[in-house]
Formats: sequence, structure tokens, C-alpha cells
Amino acid sequence: MKTLALAASLVACLATPGLAADVEHGALTISGAFARASAGMAKAGGGFMTIANIGCADTLIGASADVSERTELHTHIKDGEVMRMRKVETIDVPREGTLELKPGSYHVMFINLHAPLKEGQVIPVELEFRKAGKVSIDVEVGSVGAKAPAKHMTH
Amino acid sequence: MTFLKPLWPLLAAFSLMASATAQAQEAPALPRIGGDFALTTHLGQAATQANFSDKPLVIFFGYTFCPDICPTTLAEMVGWVEELGQDKDKLHYVFVSVDAGRDDQETLAYYVDAFFDELVGLYGPQDRIDEIVRAYRVYAKKVVDPEEASDYTIDHTASVYLMDRDNRYAGMISFGESHDAAVAKLRKLIDEAT
Repeated sequence: MKTLALAASLVACLATPGLAADVEHGALTISGAFARASAGMAKAGGGFMTIANIGCADTLIGASADVSERTELHTHIKDGEVMRMRKVETIDVPREGTLELKPGSYHVMFINLHAPLKEGQVIPVELEFRKAGKVSIDVEVGSVGAKAPAKHMTH
Repeated sequence: MTFLKPLWPLLAAFSLMASATAQAQEAPALPRIGGDFALTTHLGQAATQANFSDKPLVIFFGYTFCPDICPTTLAEMVGWVEELGQDKDKLHYVFVSVDAGRDDQETLAYYVDAFFDELVGLYGPQDRIDEIVRAYRVYAKKVVDPEEASDYTIDHTASVYLMDRDNRYAGMISFGESHDAAVAKLRKLIDEAT
């Protein structure tokens, strides 16, 4: 079955190439990757994206980028009205499912930015998955309060 | 049984009243949200509660290093303010930094400027921040990165507090609440002040 699924995904890749910003890697398709322009001199930034998986369960185990001193995986835990942000070592990518990195939830965190992120900038980020290995993606910097990548925004 | 249902809130209210009367002598009044503070604005001016007492106040606590919750909330607030149109001038909008270690006047000035003109940033030394955090009963706790002691984040209340003109708590907008619900709450806050 696995081979079939893989074959199917390869056929799908050939037949319907994704949007320019989508990155397909084996069973994974990473799309809609965006970050937000830094508010002034703010030294941290978040990266968000959708990771669709048509294969077996995988695990996101790391991210790296040149824009900051460190790049980590984080999540938010909502505790009543309080949001607690925590570093996580791994994030599960469900089998034949989708992992969403989005505001208020999982995100790639750029810690101690070398320079403020500017709208329109593209940040090369390398994601690392336990099974799928390393995947290079481009993260587009949107407005300071972007909720989605620029091309999906309605205003 | 269904016909009894509407009675339950009433019964609950009675029992609350009864217990409140019984405890009136020993129990202190419910703690109020809001109170005076002494901080500095992002323009370097001293600010106390009195500076914001002519209009209702929309107040949010956060820090500029916050990569997600604060920019999300402040960007939502930009949308609310745009929707209010002319009525936006009937409210004060304040972002209080709970990060005395990182947020100075310059950092805060660049930060609030990235959102909207009416937004006032407030900052101050730790003891003054502790004071306003206590007054507004918000939660703000530093969490130090175990691997990098110089890096820390702050767990904080992610709700926006709505205060009437008399600095009485009038409600909150929770993180993730819809744009329409938030704007409705702001309109109500404005209506009740006029």
C-alpha cells in the first residue's frame, strides 16, 4: 500500500504541480508558509505553514534559518485567559492528515533576529522531519499582523 | 422537568444572595479589576490612570519579544479600530509592556507605531509593572529558557480588557474571539459611555 500511495503521490506531483510556493517532498506538501514583518525592533518572529501528509505519520523534529540566532519549534498552551508559549522538541505530522502551524498554536520561532523582518522578504528555512528528512522552504514575510500568506489575503 | 429549567438560574441567584448575606461580615468584597498606575508612555510622558479617564479604555498586556499572541491581538485591534471609523476616537487604546527587562521607550515606540496611531504603549520598571498587573488582575510570569538563561518569554493574559470611563471593568475580548464579536463589544463600551 505504501508503494501505491507513494506512486499515487508521484503521479499527483507530475499531474498537478502545486502553487509556486508549495514544496512537495515525498508524502509531504508544505504550503502557505509565512512570517510577519517585525513590529519595530522586536527581536522574535514566528513562522507559520500548513504541512499536508498523504503518507505515514512523520514528525517535525527541527527547523533552522539564518535570520536569527536560534530557530525553535514552539507551541502555545491556552490556560484560561493566559497563553503560555513553550518550546517543543517535536511536532507530530499525522498519517494522511495535516499539521497546521498557525498563530496562537504551533509555530517556528525565530529567536533574536539579526535584523527586523521586512514585508516582502523571503526567508529560506530548512525543516527537518524524522522520516522525510530535510526540506527547504521559502517563508514569505507578510504584514505585521498577517494571518495568512500574502497571496491568500483578501485585503 | 423542562418547565423547571428556567427556575434554576433564579434559585442559584437566591442561594448566592443568601450565602453572600451570610458571609457579608467576614468575606471581603469581590476584588475589583483596574486601578491607578504610574508608568511612562512610548513618547516618554508620565502616565497614570487619570490620563485615560475621559474615555473608556481598551487595554492589553504583552511584550514586544512576543512573536505571536501580541502581534496577532494588536493586528486584530487594527481591524477593530478601522471598523469603528470616526467612533474610534471615543476610546483609549493601551498596550502595557510586562517586560521591564527588554522594553524601553525606543523599543516600545517602534513597536506601537507598527500597529495604529491611537495605540499608546506604556512601560516602566518592574515594581511599577507589578503594580498595574496586580491592579488589573492579569497574569504575567517570566519563563526562563533552560538552555539560554538570557532568553525568556512571558506567560501572560491574552485577553483585552475593556474598562468604562470610571475605570470599572466592563468586560473582555478573549484571544481568538471573532472580529464581529469584538467590534460589538467596543460599540457597546462606547454606547454606554455616552
